[in-house]
Amino acid sequence: MLSIKNLHASIEGTPILRGINLEVKPGEVHAIMGPNGSGKSTLASVLAGREEYEVTEGEVIFQGKDLLELSPEDRAREGVFLAFQYPVEIPGVSSTNFLRTAVNQVREYRGLEPLDAVKFLSLMKEKMKLVEIDQKLLSRSLNEGFSGGEKKRNEIFQMAMLEPTLSILDETDSGLDIDALRIVSNGVNQLKSDKTATIVVTHYQRLLDYIVPDFVHVLYKGRIVKSGTKELALELEEKGYDWIKDEVDSKATV
Amino acid sequence: MSTLTKQDTFNSILEGAPKNFESERTLAKESYFAQGLPALKAEEYKFTSIAKKLEQTIENFSSAQAFEVSDELVKSSIYPGFEGNVLVFSNGKFLPELSSNIEGLEISALSEKPETAIGSIAKVEKDAFAALNQASFVDGAFISVPKKSQVEKPFLLLSFNKSNEGQVIQPRIWIEAGDFAEVTFIDQSVDLSETSYFLNKVIEIKGGVNTHIRYYRIQNEGKNSIEVSNIETDIQQDSRFTSVNISLSGDMVRNNLNLNLLGSNSEGNMYGLYLLNGKTHVDNHTNVDHTIPHAESNELYKGILADQSRGVFNGKIFVRQDAQKTNAFQQNNNILLSEDAVVNTKPQLEIWADDVKCSHGCTTGQLDEEALFYLQARGIDKTQAKGLLLYAFAGEVLEHIEEDSFREYCISLVQERLGSKF
Ligand SMILES: Nc1ncnc2c1ncn2[C@@H]1O[C@H](COP(=O)(O)OP(=O)(O)O)[C@@H](O)[C@H]1O
Ligand SMILES: [Mg+2]
Repeated sequence: MLSIKNLHASIEGTPILRGINLEVKPGEVHAIMGPNGSGKSTLASVLAGREEYEVTEGEVIFQGKDLLELSPEDRAREGVFLAFQYPVEIPGVSSTNFLRTAVNQVREYRGLEPLDAVKFLSLMKEKMKLVEIDQKLLSRSLNEGFSGGEKKRNEIFQMAMLEPTLSILDETDSGLDIDALRIVSNGVNQLKSDKTATIVVTHYQRLLDYIVPDFVHVLYKGRIVKSGTKELALELEEKGYDWIKDEVDSKATV
Repeated sequence: MSTLTKQDTFNSILEGAPKNFESERTLAKESYFAQGLPALKAEEYKFTSIAKKLEQTIENFSSAQAFEVSDELVKSSIYPGFEGNVLVFSNGKFLPELSSNIEGLEISALSEKPETAIGSIAKVEKDAFAALNQASFVDGAFISVPKKSQVEKPFLLLSFNKSNEGQVIQPRIWIEAGDFAEVTFIDQSVDLSETSYFLNKVIEIKGGVNTHIRYYRIQNEGKNSIEVSNIETDIQQDSRFTSVNISLSGDMVRNNLNLNLLGSNSEGNMYGLYLLNGKTHVDNHTNVDHTIPHAESNELYKGILADQSRGVFNGKIFVRQDAQKTNAFQQNNNILLSEDAVVNTKPQLEIWADDVKCSHGCTTGQLDEEALFYLQARGIDKTQAKGLLLYAFAGEVLEHIEEDSFREYCISLVQERLGSKF
């Protein structure tokens, strides 16, 4: 489904991603872990099409298409979804209006009829249950005045509405208490199928107790320096990242 | 060397002025000559040199007279969805035969009301253009809303302007609303001129106690207008006045809006939106004068500027020593869509009372790229995402228009502008 080869990206001339390789197949869950500042959000943003990042080398193929050639909106319409680490507050844009525009533009791209107001509302109701999000939140401006947890929940709600093929969750667990974590993970798990894939970016092992990964990768200094199964996450939880840093940094100096 | 700052620029207009309102005109003429047209360095017109603009654009000045306006033209010029009373003006002259006849209200040409205290609200010494208007306006309208009348339907002040060869149009309207009256005015002009022209307008509004007056204005007429308007309102006890001004076009436009809060428990609201492109220059100067305790003023002006357009906002809040317990809020926010667009914004607070709540703020920035990316990342097309964000920004002003049909009309104009040109 997703094939990243030797991806290099920089911002304002500073290289951040320095040769990422990753293969994701339908039905799989990949966790990307790593210390702060290692480039996890950068990778997520590059995949979603943020323009500030310049891709200097490498390729990304998503379902046979050159993802890097597509505009951010077309990537979303092709089925890529990024749950932001820091969702933006947009005063004056109503959540409902925004979602309806988004859903219908995505549907149009996929050759589907737009949803009328009634169908849209019933879809919304159905998906709201999934992440136990309150109607009141959605009658406000997009993310405006939402708590950290509410914003994260809203991201997963949007994901449910847009039915992506590839979901990238950037630190969706941060700022969530244990109940919210359970609800959000539950939502993600229910949206999983053998045709979709998920990339979970996280610091902490605890999310991975709920969303169980098939593979765990450690990103450090813009490269995937270690890959393994879910046991790797447990090991990282126990030992921290220093041993990996030491391993990588000592190799680099040799 | 500027010729316009000399005294003789508008001499033929001043000499040809009607003979009515003799003492008011004499006073105004003296004041006009004493002030002179604001020169380049004049503080109040620092960013908006109307005098220079006039000099560059117009050669011989004369007063524009009324011209014939057809019934069809009136009908086709009323914005879609409007329901209410229409008052028609031709180059500032009130045309009763084309206007709605409203029972219980007194509406006539200003020349038929020689006892009207013109200049008692918009005082000539405050502004040279107000003085010029008072000294030389041709005719205008007198509108009186009697005590306790609640006119549910709005009044559309529909002005047709046609000026050739430097003719100057000087509308003048006097509005008075008796105690407990409630009324809405919508001010719109239709430009039939082919050349640049100068519009110099004065509206005075005198409200009794417990009145509720709304004044909405849309400036979407010609691209070639050079405009100055002085709109001034006296608000008495327990009254509310709300003005919403939407500027969409013009060459150089200067709006002076003055509110005098004269009675306690009164509220003055001033809202404005300017969406500018090309080389349009719009300057909003507002002034709210808190003279008594326990009054409130709210002000929000927002601008979106593209191309080489220029915006100026100057908001004065004056809180006099007696005006304890004043609440005054002011906000000006701007989005620049081009590197060549410029905004000058200046809050000016003068507070002489000590027990007051005043706040003000101004921002000028670009479109929020983070927000734009967020919307795109959800599948929304970039142009549409921009439109959504800009509309959200502008909508905060439009929502203060309480008259549904007019709000809808403004929303459609704003959306059209934000969807296409920006
Ligand atoms: N907009 C930016 N401008 C400059 N540097 C940035 C920007 N965004 C990220 N970086 C830098 O890129 C590196 C990786 O950041 P990020 O991808 O956010 O890391 P992570 O998500 O793994 O914590 C960090 O060193 C960070 O400072
Ligand atoms: Mg991050």
